[in-house]
Amino acid sequence: MSAVETFLEGTVRTATPLAFAALGETVVERSGVINIGLEGAIIAGAFGGFVAAGYGSTWLGFAGAMLAGIAMAAVFACFAIHVRADQIITGTAISLLGLGVTATLYRQLYGATGAGLSIPTMGISELPLLSSIPVIGRPLFAQPSITYVLYLIIPAVWWWMYHTHAGLGLRATGEDPRAVVVAGVAAKRIQVLSVLFGGALGGIAGGVLVIAQAGSFAEGMSAGRGFIAIAIVVLGRWHPLGVAAAALIFGAASALQYFFQALGWSLPYQAFLALPYVLTLLGLAGIAGKAVAPASLGRWQDQR
Amino acid sequence: MNAELALVADALVRATPLIIAGLAVAFAFRGGVFNIGAEGQLLVGAIAATAVTLASSGSIGRFSVVLAVVAGALAGAAWAWIAAELKRRFHVLEIISTIMLNFIAIHLVSFLVRGPLQEPARIYPQTETFIKSGRLPLLVPGTRLHLGFALAILLAVTLAWVFNHTAFGFRVRATGASPAAARIAGLIDTDKTSLAVFLISGALAGIAGSVEVSGVTFALYENLSPGYGYTAIAVALIAGLNPIGIIASGIFFGILETGASALQREFAVPSSLASVVEAALIIGALTIAAVRGRHPIARVAES
Repeated sequence: MSAVETFLEGTVRTATPLAFAALGETVVERSGVINIGLEGAIIAGAFGGFVAAGYGSTWLGFAGAMLAGIAMAAVFACFAIHVRADQIITGTAISLLGLGVTATLYRQLYGATGAGLSIPTMGISELPLLSSIPVIGRPLFAQPSITYVLYLIIPAVWWWMYHTHAGLGLRATGEDPRAVVVAGVAAKRIQVLSVLFGGALGGIAGGVLVIAQAGSFAEGMSAGRGFIAIAIVVLGRWHPLGVAAAALIFGAASALQYFFQALGWSLPYQAFLALPYVLTLLGLAGIAGKAVAPASLGRWQDQR
Repeated sequence: MNAELALVADALVRATPLIIAGLAVAFAFRGGVFNIGAEGQLLVGAIAATAVTLASSGSIGRFSVVLAVVAGALAGAAWAWIAAELKRRFHVLEIISTIMLNFIAIHLVSFLVRGPLQEPARIYPQTETFIKSGRLPLLVPGTRLHLGFALAILLAVTLAWVFNHTAFGFRVRATGASPAAARIAGLIDTDKTSLAVFLISGALAGIAGSVEVSGVTFALYENLSPGYGYTAIAVALIAGLNPIGIIASGIFFGILETGASALQREFAVPSSLASVVEAALIIGALTIAAVRGRHPIARVAES
């Protein structure tokens, strides 16, 4: 592979877990809820995926990852939506909970080091024809199968959100939950289901890290990806396709450092790592176009 | 020197940045500002304090410590000001902008310790170690307990006084409780008050960062903060956003975190259990507030 192909491949690889998590959070935020406990769902997914894949199948691993993510999201939904505790603070607690529980269980089950454990990993499956497209073929279509699942989920979520009655209900809930309730729609149920869906995709994001990339679990391996995903949702302007593009921008920013190292350039790569966040802020400020958050996002006063 | 005293001192050392950053969070939340950016403000505070300390390199003696704390406060306030401006001009939610600014600060530290501020030998990704006069004096000789802890107590008492006995404190609480009501009934300039809340909250978090480098690490490096800015949210909340209560909850979290490390050494109990306990405490505090039918932030603002 050429240096450019390696860079693009790295971009897609880094973007995959981010896009899963950010796509789930997009649905959550469009329902008017902000779950900054996404980090907790990702690390739980990584651990759940690690344990389940240990039984011998990578797809079983992803099922375990998804369930673990849903479990964390269920705790969030219980307190932030049912009890109506503050979303931001509940989310902070869920992040701590996920990181703490997984680290504790890991040390209890596998010892402090956990070394020598290996699980089946998902190798690369090249798609015939598509992977022979010059330049972008291999980066996009010589990836683990879970990446192709992502390619299917992105347009599906977009279609669902903008072309179905349920999708309209979701978007309306995010703008004004009280109006939705008056119109006879169960806003609370929409929010709970959205949060659980976000947890499922967050869990898969963690599963990708373990099953399709690292091949093992490490404490705190989510490494802030939950918060990065929240940035991606904003940069992608709460739109599934925009979010997919934004995930690629964040992926490219971190792939760029290896690209520069490969070329022997000694540029301050931290500038590139920080750049997507600056872009997000500029985007929010309307300097790089208009980005409007769902009107009731994170506002406990509006949740009824 | 006995081991118990050293353990207590370590817990108080750990509590120091948590108390100061906890005050930053509490001040913001009470004033209706959702500052999730204490972590970033703490880091830029640490950067500024380090830069000032290294630049003065002993030429102004002990005075450089004072200067470092002031520089940390200014840097933290400046970092928070970005979020304040984004909110005022473009209605950007501070919840989101402060999270972005946290990440930018993390990468800024990473850049500086490998670039302009790296130690002269250019081997380790960290700055030069502070010389003796650039360090905060010790409170108890022979332990690690430094003057920063006394500063944390002083700041908490000051903040409690500002809240309860000054017109400014009333304006902050009124703005936090209901900006519209504060504007109409109280003739309060809520924009101005809100800006002040951002700046003071940022300054406090910046002080936490400067105290950490001047009192504990004596150098700037990556992962300087194990998430103090986020734990501070829990510290503030469990104390019901009460400044005096934050002294207690900060010390409690300090004991929890240092105690967890000791337990791991002695009895092989995973220290990660501390985060589980912290999370359970936050959720417990939230549930109690919610079951009483009162939002913690509104509840404090009402009282």
